[in-house]
Amino acid sequence: MTARIGVITFPGSLDDVDARRAVRLAGGEPVALWHGSHDLEGVDALILPGGFSYGDYLRAGAIAALAPIMAEVKDAARGGMPVLGICNGFQMLVEAHLLPGGLIRNAHQQFIRRDQRLRVESTSTAWTADFADGEEIVIPLKNADGGYIADADTLARIEGEGLVAFRYLGVNPNGSLNDIAGLRNERGNVVGLMPHPEHAVEEGFGPDTRLAMRSGVDGRRFFTSAIASLVAAA
Amino acid sequence: MPTIVVDVMPKAELLDPQGKAVAGALTRLGVDSFSGVRIGKRFELVVDGDVDDETLATARRIAAEVLSNDVIEDVVSVEVVE
Repeated sequence: MTARIGVITFPGSLDDVDARRAVRLAGGEPVALWHGSHDLEGVDALILPGGFSYGDYLRAGAIAALAPIMAEVKDAARGGMPVLGICNGFQMLVEAHLLPGGLIRNAHQQFIRRDQRLRVESTSTAWTADFADGEEIVIPLKNADGGYIADADTLARIEGEGLVAFRYLGVNPNGSLNDIAGLRNERGNVVGLMPHPEHAVEEGFGPDTRLAMRSGVDGRRFFTSAIASLVAAA
Repeated sequence: MPTIVVDVMPKAELLDPQGKAVAGALTRLGVDSFSGVRIGKRFELVVDGDVDDETLATARRIAAEVLSNDVIEDVVSVEVVE
């Protein structure tokens, strides 16, 4: 079986094509989906890509979270389908209440772009199974609204239930509470993060590593994790 | 034409980076009368005809569900202005 992974394009999505390329390089079949449709076209997993849907009007991800296809995305996520939200996609997942908390303007008010060190905090999810617990990875980060916040009770629950999927290492890039870079849901099928795994999937086009410039491919295992779990379940 | 005004503010206990940036700019201008600045949003919902209870209830509902995100913001008022 070939895993079919849908990537939804919203008005203002930027990284939908990169996400489809990442799926292809990881061995899956990318399927382009459209925000205005109610049809998931029978895909096995979903990616909500990065960008600035609706110009970040109202709140980042807020209007996209109300798009027609999001009704089907919510049902699929609650039914256990693997769903990955990257950057603007992560913002959509919190606006759609599929993940807890919220994302606000970076504490320093600046757009930031850098290769970001992360620690993988949870490997029992559909999108992180190919990582080692506590592994350090480097993938690009680029956003304006990446500050993760939640009230004290929610934050205590997230930490208590082990729902932090990724934490920033080194200087906190945006003021996120507890250095949170990404979250998972209780079931582990829904994962959202601000940094961009789809930009670190092919040598020559990824972050620098100690071995060679632009050779970083740590993002690839997000996609191989999901594909392996789907193939195993088939 | 009647208008329903909805005011939304970032939660008091959470960081408001925009307000903090403006407060910093005021300090640089030598304005020291204000100890803090917070920035919220004002929505004007224009109504054709009279505002009845149902319209107001709808405005309150979308203020809570769409215009604000209760994780990070509070709806501080929903008022009818002529």
